[in-house]
Amino acid sequence: MNGFALVLTTFLASGVEAVEALTIVLAAGLTRGWRSTVTGVVAATAALAVLIAALGPALTAIPLSVLRVGVGGLLLAFGLQWLRKAVLRAAGAKALHDEEAIFAREAEAARTAPVAGGFDGYAFTLAFKGVLLEGLEVVFIVLSFGANAHRMLLAVAGAAGAVVVTVAAGFALHRPLARVPENTTKFVVGLMLTTFGTFWGGEGAGVHWPGSDAALPVLLAVYAAVAGAAIALTRRAVAAQLPRALPTRVVAS
Amino acid sequence: MKRVAAFGAFLWDFVVGDDWVGAAGVAILLAAVAALAHLAHVASWWLLPPGVAAVLAATLRRAVRALTPARRTTAPHPPA
Repeated sequence: MNGFALVLTTFLASGVEAVEALTIVLAAGLTRGWRSTVTGVVAATAALAVLIAALGPALTAIPLSVLRVGVGGLLLAFGLQWLRKAVLRAAGAKALHDEEAIFAREAEAARTAPVAGGFDGYAFTLAFKGVLLEGLEVVFIVLSFGANAHRMLLAVAGAAGAVVVTVAAGFALHRPLARVPENTTKFVVGLMLTTFGTFWGGEGAGVHWPGSDAALPVLLAVYAAVAGAAIALTRRAVAAQLPRALPTRVVAS
Repeated sequence: MKRVAAFGAFLWDFVVGDDWVGAAGVAILLAAVAALAHLAHVASWWLLPPGVAAVLAATLRRAVRALTPARRTTAPHPPA
């Protein structure tokens, strides 16, 4: 497998989730204080690292065909989830992910929550859950890409690079990264996950792809064309379903 | 018991997401491809790309059909 594609996919997937986690961490830290927030972030990061350390070697011990059909199938299901959301957002059928609105909502909730002296359980829980939940999907993507391609370190490096860049940018700006083209990134990641999920899931199920690894860019191009057509058709279907003009920016849940 | 249920709900949401049709479609597609490859001994790679496109189309169609004007979230964009 192309190492560049592996690093790019884990970098982009981790970047998107890191942006979302950063919004929650900033809301907790800026309104409740940093000590308990950072403790929550460190605890969640440690839990994710333990997961990678425990599951990484276990995954590489599974026979490759079993790993590929199982993990490839899950990657394909994930990829379709990401792609579905991105197409619906691009077609105006689903709210755009708005980091500033989410930050405002989380910060308001944090401001009104009761404050206890000493350790702040609210800030800790908010940061811990935010990082852990956003990180779990990344852990799965990193593990499955690393194990399938037998390049775990490269997959981890791609994800870690995205986290470092996102955290550095967020703390330099002291505000959510609202200008990151999140939906476009999710669209690209959805295409990559669908492509690799199809390839590995198929191989695990007994498929012999024509041209072997050379089938990957062809699959990617096919899915990009399918997704582009899906956006156009979905936009038309939404317009027929909801005849009135729709708001262009709405708050995502 | 509550925690087990919560974990089950989390797993369901993690793997299946907003629409079960996507995950079910993937499972059926891979099973069909495996059956063709192992039982009928025919090349089955050609089934996957159109099959995946069909699953995506089905799940998008369900999402659009579920839309009604009243269900849309129209909260205002916060001031810059």
